[in-house]
Parts: sequence; structure tokens; C-alpha cells
Amino acid sequence: MADSAFESRIEQALEDETLRRNFASALGAFAARRRSVFPDGRALERLRTQAAAIRDRALARLPELLEELESRLTANGIRVHWAETAAVGCRLVLEILEAHGVRRVVKGKSMVSEEMHLNAFLARHGIETVETDLGEFIIQLAGETPAHIIVPAVHKNRAQIARLFQEKIAGAPYTEEVTELNAIARRTLRERFREAGAGLSGVNFAVAETGTLCLVENEGNGRMCTGVPPLHIAVMGIEKVIERLEDLPPLLRLLTGSATGQRVTTYVNLISGPRRNADPDGPREVHLVLLDNGRSAVYADPELRATLRCIRCGCCLNHCPVYARIGGHAYGTTYPGPIGKVLTPQLLGIDRAGELPFASTLCGACEEVCPVRIPLAHLLRRLRAEAVRSPASRGDRRGSGRPDRLERLAWWAWGQAVQRPSIYRAILAGGRWLGGLLPPVGPLERWMRTHAEPRFSRRNLRRILRRQGIPDA
Amino acid sequence: MPEPRARERILARLRAAPREIPPRPEAEARPPAAPGPETAAALEAALTAMRAEVHRLPGGRWAAELRERLAGRGLSELLYFPGSPWAVELEEAWTPAAQDSPRLVAWEGAVEDFRGRLFSAAAGITAAAAAAADPGVLLLRPGPEEPRLLSLVPPVHVVLVPAERIYPTFEDALADGSFAPPLAANLVLVSGPSKTADIELTLAFGVHGPRELLVFILA
Repeated sequence: MADSAFESRIEQALEDETLRRNFASALGAFAARRRSVFPDGRALERLRTQAAAIRDRALARLPELLEELESRLTANGIRVHWAETAAVGCRLVLEILEAHGVRRVVKGKSMVSEEMHLNAFLARHGIETVETDLGEFIIQLAGETPAHIIVPAVHKNRAQIARLFQEKIAGAPYTEEVTELNAIARRTLRERFREAGAGLSGVNFAVAETGTLCLVENEGNGRMCTGVPPLHIAVMGIEKVIERLEDLPPLLRLLTGSATGQRVTTYVNLISGPRRNADPDGPREVHLVLLDNGRSAVYADPELRATLRCIRCGCCLNHCPVYARIGGHAYGTTYPGPIGKVLTPQLLGIDRAGELPFASTLCGACEEVCPVRIPLAHLLRRLRAEAVRSPASRGDRRGSGRPDRLERLAWWAWGQAVQRPSIYRAILAGGRWLGGLLPPVGPLERWMRTHAEPRFSRRNLRRILRRQGIPDA
Repeated sequence: MPEPRARERILARLRAAPREIPPRPEAEARPPAAPGPETAAALEAALTAMRAEVHRLPGGRWAAELRERLAGRGLSELLYFPGSPWAVELEEAWTPAAQDSPRLVAWEGAVEDFRGRLFSAAAGITAAAAAAADPGVLLLRPGPEEPRLLSLVPPVHVVLVPAERIYPTFEDALADGSFAPPLAANLVLVSGPSKTADIELTLAFGVHGPRELLVFILA
């Protein structure tokens, strides 16, 4: 029985076999590719330490770097706007578009724009936004949100995409050939690129020293969005700034290696201004919207600030046993997986998203692969503690972190038992002989539906140790 | 209208937080490496692994050789920018025109007047300002001498790479004049043809940018 919307989404996801198959095969492949692109473990650890230090120092100097970035960008001819909330960010983008009379926009992949719900906002104001990253294009056709930070349509297989294209794209035949599906997308989107009045994009890194926006991609849609229309608007979280151009190579290496197991992406765009006078092409105007939306509050706590080191590679998702089974949509938030569980309660408030940090086994796989060494498991524990203390978790709400009556009773009984050696030994002996006969009732029934039954050893640890000559403490 | 004081408020909140500024991280001490003969081979290997096609051209009569290598590939035309420094050599090599090699077509004016023609072009030729063998990237530096869309919109991109500008690593390439401030409005690192794996992680080429990248290293 699901007791919250989150839990019912989890149950739904777990029962969707296609979804689980789609995720399992993709994530396994990503993990394997990452291992092969970083064959030297020690070199990888050195690189992670270096990248963590680069991000740490950039964050420590964040207010100064943002000012430096702004002044360099302005000198380069890029107009900078500041938004404290997603709503203000959306308005800013709309105002720029309206000032240019733009009705049609092409858009490259941007998680910040997802966080702002920018497409829906622009649609309400009569502006059509077309996602051009193939994965984003697919989920936009399906009316869904990204299921993964890097591969947004990872939850769909080719048959599902084939049906979607046939239904939603005029004249598209049903085909499961990936090359043909790509060709359909190319044909459809080429026209959009030509006609669009503006291009929207995200930013992977912004270099303060040179006033440069760095955009990493494989498809070329980022180049199209930032190069074909006469107007380019980029949106970025305020934490994405780095100090110098020389910080870029190690970060890029880790970003692409951790994300998709690539040595480098097909394209790395370094945008330092609009088209200059003698240039034959390029946008006439480039704007950057810097979005806070809760980040400065995260920044206030020196421990939680490590969350802002994130470079959005999605590697923690790929290695998370929970994410691999429930997928991205079950979380019900823009950022899923381990980083989402840590970031979202901080952005939305522990009272609104306090359940998320509990959807974890605390296995620490995320922390082990994180390219910028965010202590994810530690932060999950810290946020759990905060969720339990939060006034919103009063009342025995499951998943809120506050134990219900049965759980409290169980812990009390355990406490009694471990304080009395005779009772404790009797329970262990009972487990040895009767543990295999656990009846599937009550909470056990629910647990046993998804877990293999534990097998209890007939020999207990104390006896094994005694036989090896190690005395009881 | 958004609050004019948003900037000040955001910066004030950031400044109010307790901060300790760590020293800049030391990159691994490594002597900067310059281009050498072995870097071209390493670049060729890396680009080939990314499904680019790599050729070598002799320094002297590269344009004539290029024309020969492009002949018989079924390319109907090759779009070039007349303002580029090597345009004259290209034009000379393509005179007189011949049946089997692609027709040489000049980009005309600003993109606003040329967009329709550009989107129907079969192939485009540009040059790389520099390259790095590790991780195998070409540095494009569009500007007054090279439109940025010439290397993006046509389905085949032919790119010339001067061998003496191939650096061992991206870190080394940052020493190239292309990265001296102020930076060009648009710099692009390119490692191969446009690709995606968004459908079942199946690799497919040419989803938005060029389907083929033909690299010619000029000795």
C-alpha cells in the first residue's frame, strides 16, 4: 500500500517491466563506457580531486566571479540579466522575445529551463518553443518531462518512439530503424531552425576570466540554436561559473567521461559574444539570464554548499540502484536520482520534498563516481535528519522520516533484547532454526514481494570465532 | 518588470555566507608541449576513432590534390567562403571546372541573404585554426574570414588542418593565439561528425550537423 504520492509513483514504476528493462540496459551501458574511458584508476582519482578543487574555489569566490563574469560578458557584447526566482527568469526571457517580436523559438537542452518550466510559460504567452535535442524532442512530443539529466528519453524504446513519431509528426511513417527515426527528426527540425526568431540554450560552464559561455553537445543542435536565429538567449544557474579558461579542460574531460563515457563530445561551443560587425553570420544579440532560484540559500550553509559543485553529468543517476529501478519520473521533480534527492529538498524546502532523501539505500555508489566529489551519501543523511526534525513531518506519515508506531515498537523491542544476552541469544537461535519459515504477512509480505528471502546460517558467528581461538569479548 | 535590485540582493546573500577561499588548485606539473610530427598521427587516430575521415595533403599543391581526392565521391558541390585566406588557391585549383569533381560555389554576402542556398548546399569547406591530438579535437574559429554555419549546415564538412598547429593536448592548445583575449565571438571544438545516441543508445550520425567530416591535414 502506498501512503504518499511519491510511494505510489515508485510502486507504479516498479511494476512497469518495460520501463525497468529500458533503464537497466541503458544505465549498465553507461557505467561500462565510463570505466573504459577512465582505464587508469589513479589518474581518475587525481582528476576528480583537481575538479573538486576547481569547483570549490570557484564557489568560494562566487560573488566576485559573478561580477567578473558580468563585466567581461558585457564588454564582449552579451547582455546579462539576473533573476531571483524561476518566475522572474521566465518573465525576463519573455520580455526579450517580445521586444523582438519573436513567436517561434528553437531550444537546446537545458535543465535550468526545465527547472523554470520555461516552455509551458512561453506557450501560455503564445510563443512556440521547439526542443531540438533528439531526446528532448521525443519527450516534448510525448508531453513528458526528462527522465534523465543527460539522456532525457532513456525510458523509451524504439518501438515507443516509432509510434510517437507516426502519431505526432505529419507524414512520418512507422519505422523502428534508428537511422530513419533520426532522419525524420532532422527533416522536421531543420525547417524550425531556419524559421526560428530566437534560440534558447543552457550553459555548462561560464568562464569569468574571458566572459565565455561553454556549451557541450553531440548533435549540433546547440550550434544551430546559438548560431542560426538572429537572437540567442542562454539561461544558467548562478553556480555554473568557473574562474579561468585553463579550468575548462579537466572539467570537460570529467563531464563527458562521467556522463556518456566519451573522451570528448562532438562539439564544445565557446560563445564570447554576438556576431561582430564584419562577421557574415551569427546572432545579432546574445543575452544571458543568471538564475538564483534558491541557490544562494543553499550557498549559505558551508556543508550543503558542496551540492553546488555539481556539473550535471548524471553519473550518480547511472550508478544508483534506486534510480535504475524506479527511473526518473517517479521522483516527480526536475532533477532525479542522488543529486536530485540532495538538491531538490534544498531548492523547494524540506517540508515539500523531505521524502526524497529517504529513497536511498545509502550505498554510496553515487559519491564514489561523482566527478567533483560531492559527499552525496553524507548530505542525504544530513537532509534525512533535517526532515525528521521538520515540523512538517509531525504525525506518523510514512516516508517523512518520522517512524510510525509499528516501527517505534520494533526498535523498542530490539533495544530490550540486545540489553539482555539470554534473550538476544534465544532470538539468534530462533533465527537459525526458524528464519527460513518467515510467514509472508504484514510488513513482511510487502518486503518479501520484492526481496529474496534471507537464508540464515546454522552456525553463528560467535561459535565460528570461538573455534578459531578468538574469545568472547 | 523584474526587480532592478535582484542582482544586488543575490550578491548580498552570497557575500553574507561564511567563506574560506582555498588556493587555486595546482594542475599537474607538466612542461607545455609544442606541435610535433607525432601529434598529427595521434590526431588522425583520435579523429578516425570518432568516425571522421582523415587525409594528408602535401603543403605545396594541396588544393589540386584536394580536388583529386574529392573527385568521384558523388559530391555535387563544395561551398566555400571567398573571404578566407586560402580561397584564391582553391579557386585556381578548380579552374577549369571538371565533370568529376564537385562544383565550387562561393558563399555570397551575409547569411540573411544566403540562408536558402546554404540550407540546400551539399558540402562546405572551412579551415581549423588549431587542433589537439588528445582528446582529438579541431578548433574552428569562425569570424570575418569564415561563416560559422559553413561548417555546420551542409551534410558534409571538409576541413583543412595546418599540421604545425596540431598540439598534443587541449591544455597545450590553450597556448595557441586563438585563445588569446579577447576571444572570438564563437570558438568550436569539433571531434567528429554530428551524432546522437538518444534512441536506445544506438549511435546515429548527422542528426543535425554534418553526417560526414572529411579532415585534410596540410603538411
